[in-house]
Amino acid sequence: MLNPTQKKTAEMAENLAALGEIKGRSLWADARNRFVRNKAAMVSLVVLILVAVFAFLGDTFAQWSNEEIDWNILGNIKAAGGPSIESGHFFGADDMGRDLYSRVVQGSQISLMVGVVGSLIAVVVGTLYGAFAGYVGGRVDSIMMRIVDILMSIPYMFVLILLLVVFGRSIFMIFVGIGLIAWLDMSRIVRGQTLSLKNKEFIEAAIATGVSTPTIILRHIVPNLLGVVVVYATLLVPVMILTESFISFLGLGVQEPLTSWGALISEGTSTMQYGTLWQLGFPLFFFVVTLFAFFFIGDGLRDALDPKDR
Amino acid sequence: MPQLHDWGWEKMLNFMIRRIAIAIPTLLILVVASFLLMHAAPGGPFTSERPLPPQVLANIEAKYGLNQSIPVQMWNYIVGIVTQFDFGPSFQYKDRTVNDIIAQGFPITFTYGILSFLVAVVAGGALGISAAIRQNTWLDYFAVGVSIGAQVLPNFVMAPILILIFTLWLGWLPGGGWNSGQWQHLIMPVIALSTSYMASIARLTRSSMLEVLRSNFIRTARAKGLPERSIILRHALKPALLPVISYLGPAFVGMITGSFIIDSVFGTGGLGYFFVNSAFNRDYAVMMGVTILLGALTVMFNMVVDILYAWIDPKIRL
Repeated sequence: MLNPTQKKTAEMAENLAALGEIKGRSLWADARNRFVRNKAAMVSLVVLILVAVFAFLGDTFAQWSNEEIDWNILGNIKAAGGPSIESGHFFGADDMGRDLYSRVVQGSQISLMVGVVGSLIAVVVGTLYGAFAGYVGGRVDSIMMRIVDILMSIPYMFVLILLLVVFGRSIFMIFVGIGLIAWLDMSRIVRGQTLSLKNKEFIEAAIATGVSTPTIILRHIVPNLLGVVVVYATLLVPVMILTESFISFLGLGVQEPLTSWGALISEGTSTMQYGTLWQLGFPLFFFVVTLFAFFFIGDGLRDALDPKDR
Repeated sequence: MPQLHDWGWEKMLNFMIRRIAIAIPTLLILVVASFLLMHAAPGGPFTSERPLPPQVLANIEAKYGLNQSIPVQMWNYIVGIVTQFDFGPSFQYKDRTVNDIIAQGFPITFTYGILSFLVAVVAGGALGISAAIRQNTWLDYFAVGVSIGAQVLPNFVMAPILILIFTLWLGWLPGGGWNSGQWQHLIMPVIALSTSYMASIARLTRSSMLEVLRSNFIRTARAKGLPERSIILRHALKPALLPVISYLGPAFVGMITGSFIIDSVFGTGGLGYFFVNSAFNRDYAVMMGVTILLGALTVMFNMVVDILYAWIDPKIRL
């Protein structure tokens, strides 16, 4: 026969058992919870998904292709080329009678692609470079980082424009030019993180068990840098989009019939005095909304992944 | 005035030498890379739809020194710049040298550039500090709102919006032109160029000021019973402005490149106009001249900022 206290204890034990095993929360699960609670970031995520859907599925709803000229309205764009459902020009037409909707769809594709690809180049090159410099240390490190210092203090926009002029204006050259500079910041950040990681016990353990240096960098250092890299890569996407738009605005970026947000905003700017404001408004709207979304998501990720702020 | 510590002199000198040691190779790389790039380009400045007779072409190339080997050309070019500040002739404007073009464009770029820089620093700093002092009031929310909004309003977005509002709708300001720097022609370029940097400076100042105001030495100053005014001005301001100083370099670069946009939208006729124009016409001489001039300015400005930073904050010199 159990006495009351024992009975109570047994009851509690049973209750506890019924609760089941308490699951440990990983860093990533924690981060996800914090991110989901961040309203601005979640709204931005939805907005961003909508923009991406628009960019990559928008073509299926287009009534006109991006190169077709609507001869019926050419020369009378201000009166007849406005946004309307009946004419099939959902966003209106540009000054050459082309459908603005399909041009914005295409411009969004290119701008988003430049942003994401530029950021990816930065992630791959910057992470490897920074992790290697930081982990190896010593003279190699100081030479590698001095190179980064020098490259960083060159005003890159000039070099980018020179590259585009010399080797022809194409999307490929934009990628090359952006890829040349995008990784610099990333490599600095990653190096700093690597320095603080490399004297930890688990690295020592790996060295003691005879793991080779490249494997340590790839298997033990890089995965632990992922949080910082993800945050920074997200914040880099809008910067890349800005850079590309800047160049395309000057007319030195993507070439017709291809287009991007910057090129479209530039066209809108040069035609706004004729009163065809939709040419400025629609590209500007997508540009601003997307940039906002990326900045908020980046901030949200930083708050979610930075353990300091918990 | 920040005090120079006795122990800091040598380290400061060391730091300056090391900093200059970075600036020189940077400039060299810029010059050599742009020179080689120019010469790697397919087609020369005199290739046109209607090819010139070879003898004529050879004569012209000899006149511009293009028949020499590339290292010799590069050497002559660098010597010309260093000794006589001579950037050579333009390939496109037959009657003008690159120096003429720089003399025409640079004062314009300089005028609105300096004004934009001052506006960004003063307005951004003031906005950030007042937001931090009055945290969680309408002023703070306003400052934060402006600085978040301006993040997505780079110069090439601001410029058309300003023209749309102030020229096309309100008719208050001329939509472009320079008119020897009349104030009406300056307002929109300066606002368009400075807005996003003002916002970044405001955000930076606000967050670093908040951090400083929470620190122990400020609490001590308050405990001593110092008036709030002198706490802010005498104690908090200097450490709070440190991160802003390190942002001045990137802001300067951004404004120099931003001047391309200003010149192309507002038709102000600064260096950016000539640079972009020469990019379309493959006028390599002008492109290189502008690149090297503005590049050197940037590199030197960054150097001065770094040295200034080290002077104010002794921790950097180590």
